[in-house]
Amino acid sequence: MTKPIISTKDVHLFYGKKEVLKGISMDFYPNEITALIGPSGSGKSTLLRSLNRMNDFQDNVTITGSVNIEDKNIYAPTTNKVDLRKRVGMVFQQPNPFPFSVYENVAYGLKLEKKHTKEEIDQIVEDSLKAAAVWDDVKDKLHESALSLSGGQQQRVCIARVLAVHPEVILLDEPTSALDPISSGKIENMLLSLKDEYTIVIVTHNMGQASRISDKTGFFLDGNLVEYNKTKHIFMTPSEKETDDYISGRFG
Amino acid sequence: MSPKRVDKIATGVIYAMAVIIVMILVALLAYILINGLPHVSWSFIVSPSRVFEAGGGIAAQLFNSFYLLVLSMIISIPLSILAGIFLSEYAPKNKLTDFVRTAIEILSSLPSVVVGLFGFLVFVIQFKIGFSIISGALSLTLFNLPLLTRNVEESLQSIHFTQREAGYALGLSRWETVTRVIIPEALPSLITGIILGAGRVFGEAAALIYTAGQSSPALNFSNWNPLYINSPLNPFRPAETLAVHIWKINGEGIIPDLNAVSTASSAILILAVLIFNLIARSWGRRLYKRLTGAN
Repeated sequence: MTKPIISTKDVHLFYGKKEVLKGISMDFYPNEITALIGPSGSGKSTLLRSLNRMNDFQDNVTITGSVNIEDKNIYAPTTNKVDLRKRVGMVFQQPNPFPFSVYENVAYGLKLEKKHTKEEIDQIVEDSLKAAAVWDDVKDKLHESALSLSGGQQQRVCIARVLAVHPEVILLDEPTSALDPISSGKIENMLLSLKDEYTIVIVTHNMGQASRISDKTGFFLDGNLVEYNKTKHIFMTPSEKETDDYISGRFG
Repeated sequence: MSPKRVDKIATGVIYAMAVIIVMILVALLAYILINGLPHVSWSFIVSPSRVFEAGGGIAAQLFNSFYLLVLSMIISIPLSILAGIFLSEYAPKNKLTDFVRTAIEILSSLPSVVVGLFGFLVFVIQFKIGFSIISGALSLTLFNLPLLTRNVEESLQSIHFTQREAGYALGLSRWETVTRVIIPEALPSLITGIILGAGRVFGEAAALIYTAGQSSPALNFSNWNPLYINSPLNPFRPAETLAVHIWKINGEGIIPDLNAVSTASSAILILAVLIFNLIARSWGRRLYKRLTGAN
């Protein structure tokens, strides 16, 4: 059996006194897509954001337990958060391209690393945009503002921006909830094609999306991980009654 | 009244207000330019001022205004940008930083005469710098710093939090996110703030009367070594600026062509501010383009 790339152990997270995650232990495996589902406020986004320490920017957050990436606890005091986020990239719900050109958006992380020549950067930008399935849309307007693109194109440019710095894990926080079905479909296909190279964790409100693209699915409710198993198992023969109720639309 | 009617009236009132404000501005500009421009000539701009007889110019005053502007901006822009970055991006939200913000607000409403007297006591007397460009520049820095800092903080705050998240999620450090993402995005509004500050400095008289002085020793425009007292670049010489010059000749001037010199100086002052704005804006646009790569 393969070793998990990320492994959380008994993660509790508090906003002030409110407990948002109530002891989550979960393993994420390489080259798999893991979907996190559950009603709003169930803690799935919070867990996702704790995997690359994006919760650190909010006030009054206390977190206990451990999140290990390849056997190293990312909450250890010696963790370099900048390096961590280079390994674990993130795509957000609202497309948030920088108001720069498409090219600059994707090249940004690379230029700051100062490790690549201009030609290498050009190549990586093209490869990343192709991998994010947006190259055909933008190849003629690389030097126009990314804000002039449609929402779906912007989101794919944001994914290309993450791919360009070549993380090992990509976290996606409801990446298609602000997009139309066609753009969502393109992103789903793209994620499937990225699976060979990356480990993907996606939070989604769309049951169909989870069942179409994910290998494993975790169902969250009130800060607890109710059930975590192969996606097929979760959707066909869920073990818990709450899971069954949720995926069949009886609440949430 | 129906909502539609209210909407119509509100639109009308807003338009009327806009027209009134534009008309006041246009009238003022037109008055100054129409009265002043006929007296402006090249020799007026490049010849030194005179104290008793007619035919003097404003060469030294015009140069002093620009020199003072540049010096005070060199001091205040880096300070305000760093302070603004601290307040917006680094400062924890607590009583102390709230107090600092309130203090900045109070400082920014300080009358310029008070700033001038403070500069006189501290820089001119206490530090024994005397009436000089550097005393004036330091006083104008005090005068401008609160407003500039506020402007930097607000410009950075107006950039949405998701842009910061995007930077962090790419593995950028906080400093890289601020300098490579947030500041380039906020650049247009930063430049507007700096231009407004520059305009205030250029037109300021009260704060300079006690600090940069009201006299202008003869300048030798062929000697650019700042160590000589008659060099235009010497920051330790007293320097009357254009705005102070206008104030002074109107108050105690005894030259026969007082009116001509005063109106022409005002026209030049306005044109100089205008030209400065245009240059700063086009420079800002080019910088923005270079930083963002967007057309």
